[in-house]
Amino acid sequence: MTTTESTAKAAPIEPPPEHRSLADRLPRWIRTPKSLTLLVVVVLTVFFGAFHPDEFLTAYNQRNIAIEAAGYLILAVGMTFVITTGGIDLSVGSVLVFSGAVGVKVMVAVGGDGPAALIAGLVATVLTGVLWGLVNGFLVTVAGLPSLIATLATLSAAYGGALVLTNGLDLRGVPESLSSFLGFGRLLGVPYIVWLAVLVTIVGAVVMSRTRFGLYTSAVGSNDEAARRVGVRVNRHLVKIYAVSGGLAGLAGYVSLARFSTTSVAGHQTDNLQAIIATVLGGTSLFGGVGSVIGTAFGSLIPAILNNGLVIFGLPPYWQQVAVGGVLAGVVFVDHRNRKRRTQR
Amino acid sequence: MTATEDPIPLLELTGIRKTYGHVEALRGASFTVLPGEVVALVGDNGAGKSTLVKVMSGVVQPEEGEIRVDGEVVNLSSPHVSRDLGIETVYQDLALAPDLDPCQNLFLGREVLKGGLLGRLGFLDRKAMRAKADEAFASLRVGIQDTTSPVVSMSGGQRQGIAVGRSVLWASRVVLMDEPTAALGVVQTERVKELIDRVRSSGVAVVLISHNIPFVFDIADRVEVLRLGQRVARFTRDEYSNNAVLGAMTGVLADHT
Repeated sequence: MTTTESTAKAAPIEPPPEHRSLADRLPRWIRTPKSLTLLVVVVLTVFFGAFHPDEFLTAYNQRNIAIEAAGYLILAVGMTFVITTGGIDLSVGSVLVFSGAVGVKVMVAVGGDGPAALIAGLVATVLTGVLWGLVNGFLVTVAGLPSLIATLATLSAAYGGALVLTNGLDLRGVPESLSSFLGFGRLLGVPYIVWLAVLVTIVGAVVMSRTRFGLYTSAVGSNDEAARRVGVRVNRHLVKIYAVSGGLAGLAGYVSLARFSTTSVAGHQTDNLQAIIATVLGGTSLFGGVGSVIGTAFGSLIPAILNNGLVIFGLPPYWQQVAVGGVLAGVVFVDHRNRKRRTQR
Repeated sequence: MTATEDPIPLLELTGIRKTYGHVEALRGASFTVLPGEVVALVGDNGAGKSTLVKVMSGVVQPEEGEIRVDGEVVNLSSPHVSRDLGIETVYQDLALAPDLDPCQNLFLGREVLKGGLLGRLGFLDRKAMRAKADEAFASLRVGIQDTTSPVVSMSGGQRQGIAVGRSVLWASRVVLMDEPTAALGVVQTERVKELIDRVRSSGVAVVLISHNIPFVFDIADRVEVLRLGQRVARFTRDEYSNNAVLGAMTGVLADHT
């Protein structure tokens, strides 16, 4: 007994080297999910670029991909925080159109084509989004509803509310200057909308990885009871997270107004799924605790590239949804398997 | 039994009463922690050990009784109050966030922020925390090769080490350990014992709640026995024996208080 005990003590805890697979020996930054996502982005770009360089690789086409990804990315940054807490926000698409409808009404009320109307519209859309986010936050914390149900309820309520506000007809009256400035404006050849999404991503990434807010987000998703015991105000943090997600949905609503010059109430039904897909593709775990905003940015490119590339290939664009579904199932499968393996040690 | 000159207890609970509905968990329970000692709190299932620990950690407030820290009456109205008094708890489930690394777990709820404007915005001073964490793990000799890996990838013994390390880092008076060996093997139990030894030599008292009587005998300076919500016996190291402690736990032997 004594001998076995002493050998057990002396033996290193690490597994013997021959059990480590090739993948385990790669540097850690390559093994992260977001690197894998970036690899998929590169492979898809090279693939479509090799077959159709003249159509796919043009500046015009790349800009289209970036604009499409940017719209989802603004939602997906908020979604990344929500999913990292172990929750989900299904309401973002509906909140987007509701906030957009409020924004148009406010801009029409202010009147004119000047900066006053544009700023009033921005403030109105973002604040409206924040309010919906607060509703989500209170339903999840105070009322104790699962986030899936709470945000499904606000999805329905906000969508219905948007139809009430617009009488079912998309609102006109978005100031001309909004679409000419934010909708079509460019800096260094890159559309303002893309710059805005990049800015939101950078702020989100810094907050997630460098600040107490980001740390608490992971802690709450990882073990909310442990966070509570060390004095983290879990409910207050969750309310803030849903408010951020709502506010970003409002901002995305403003961007949508700039792009389409109208509320396009019916055009955002699958935005929530696109945001969830971008988030999960980027390596944020649906089980909570682990989130990467940069990964989400890469993840938002995949559906946009697939959509664009398949059209250039002459395939019906419906195949994009099939392909994205396949990629999503694969990524979640890998995430689930990795988690199981980690906890079985 | 009576020592000639008792020092002022670090923590003293007297006449603690706590009921849950019709169940009397504690009926006038008492408990004493002396400075720098390892004292074991033992008792059969339902004796009230967990409730007493919760009282000390501020999670549960008793209906009656007096709690003194360094001789002064205190009101442990919340876990914050207990922690501010230097009383830390290592929970049986360890209460770690598995996706965070050991350093983040160590500082969760007590982060070090950067100075100036960045700190106001909530930016973390990760360097300072990392350095302090490395120091804490080194001084307790908790073998963690990589403090940047998530806790979920670590062994049960390492997790125990992190949870103990966290409580020791912040405890200035007492560390309460609820069943620290419950899920551990022989080697890891030995490690926890060494860890408790080092905590004691750092001057912090340890309260050990355990079913593992051989383990308790191995490490504890004193043993206090709880039965049916009351203290029924106290033993010093020279006094305790298997029969005496088990007898007091089950009520076979007469009171030894």
